[in-house]
Amino acid sequence: MADWQLKCKECGSEYPADARYVCENCFGPLEVSYDFSDLDAEGAKRRIQAGPNSIWRYSDFLPFSGGAPATRTALEPGFTPLIKADHLAERLGLGEVWVKNDAANPTHSFKDRVVAVAIAKARELGFETVACASTGNLANAVAAHAAAAGLDSYVFVPSDLEEQKLLATGVYGTHLVGIRGNYDDVNRLCTVLCEERPWAFVNVNLRPYYAEGSKTLAYETVEQLGWKLPDRIVAPVASGSLFTKLGRGFSEWLEVGLVDGELPIFHGAQAAGCGPVAEAFAEGWDVCKPAKPDTIAKSLAIGNPADGPYAVELARKTNGSVEAVTDQEIRDGIRLLAETTGVFTETAGGVTVATLKKLADAGKISADDSVVVYITGEGLKTLDAVRDRFHIDVIDPDLESFVEGVEAKSLTGVA
Amino acid sequence: MAVTVKIPAQLRSVTGGEAEVTVDGDTVGEALNQVFAQYGELRDRITQNGELRRFVNVYVGGEDIRFADGLGTALKDGDDVTILPAVAGGC
Repeated sequence: MADWQLKCKECGSEYPADARYVCENCFGPLEVSYDFSDLDAEGAKRRIQAGPNSIWRYSDFLPFSGGAPATRTALEPGFTPLIKADHLAERLGLGEVWVKNDAANPTHSFKDRVVAVAIAKARELGFETVACASTGNLANAVAAHAAAAGLDSYVFVPSDLEEQKLLATGVYGTHLVGIRGNYDDVNRLCTVLCEERPWAFVNVNLRPYYAEGSKTLAYETVEQLGWKLPDRIVAPVASGSLFTKLGRGFSEWLEVGLVDGELPIFHGAQAAGCGPVAEAFAEGWDVCKPAKPDTIAKSLAIGNPADGPYAVELARKTNGSVEAVTDQEIRDGIRLLAETTGVFTETAGGVTVATLKKLADAGKISADDSVVVYITGEGLKTLDAVRDRFHIDVIDPDLESFVEGVEAKSLTGVA
Repeated sequence: MAVTVKIPAQLRSVTGGEAEVTVDGDTVGEALNQVFAQYGELRDRITQNGELRRFVNVYVGGEDIRFADGLGTALKDGDDVTILPAVAGGC
């Protein structure tokens, strides 16, 4: 077990561990800060290996006292497959590529990790209503976990979200609110509402706890690679929270001695239609200029990324990069992953795979590097991205039709 | 120009609990200076070397001032200037 507290990431001011997220002195973000000095690595490893096949096996590194919190729900995320993607590596001329398929979570995205932590914390703090500002995946997760916890919930999303994400949220019986505006407008409303209602907004006033859930992706990667670090990682960047918490997860395990080596090289993936972090990286800025999102990758369409400056810092510190890819590259990325691994990802995953391809094509990844690619969501949630991308032969149910309508066409290359 | 500056909860300990301050100013920078003249402690909390701190968002009529002219953004009579933390939200 490690002691922890809330601390400002900018000026170091300390705060009590309740529902708060902003430093009153400098407006910097609060985050959970741990004291691992008394944590014995061998003991921690034993507890992890004896733990459940979910994020709760890493309770020593999460902001609770005394192991997995009793306030957690039965929807337990984590321990998703890490797949060796040899066909993908071959297509890209790379050596060792792993796909961490986090679509294999209860509501089919990595958001189950952060929401599981936030909901357990919300119940521990005595909240009866939970809420969020979401680009879609978080909406699914908050609605589902609130249902599992028996809490009331409000989910705020841009009203033009993909239909699949709206349907897969409303079904859980949440108050689903579509906002006429983009994600940044939704977020601004939620920041104001958070002051006006006694609710736990998972990514506003509970954000310091919520964000901790993303670290478990890094822990699992290390464990599933046989307690080793990859040389590089490629992960999507929206607000930059997942990206920076992956860095924090690897760093913590290096610090406590659960793994040896160096922090992997971090490559961030953004859509060109909403790439404020990629722009800041390319321009050498230490703040992000807000963008007006215009991309099919709606789950990454955050024009005003809260952790953008930290994401840029992490990419620079590790000699990595933050790349931006076009909508066409995103669609191609979805197909490339599906055709080479059997994993069907949503647009955010398309951004990530397209970034891997871009780095590979530019010769930035050497053939002996091990690379982990984080696939954070499910393709069934953004079906429009693959609509009209392939041909369907429609024939009568007889052999002749098959021969003429399918085989003959493919022989002549007409298909 | 008379404008209303909306103070976020995190800063209301400085304003004695006031959520809104009415001031005069032709630009966001001028309006904020008027607020600082009343509540001196706010200056260091939200600005540094004359610029907004990097985790502070300021909106005029719902639009982020970085899409306009930053602290030089012009104000009209009756505008709302909203100060909010930038660290909320995200994936």
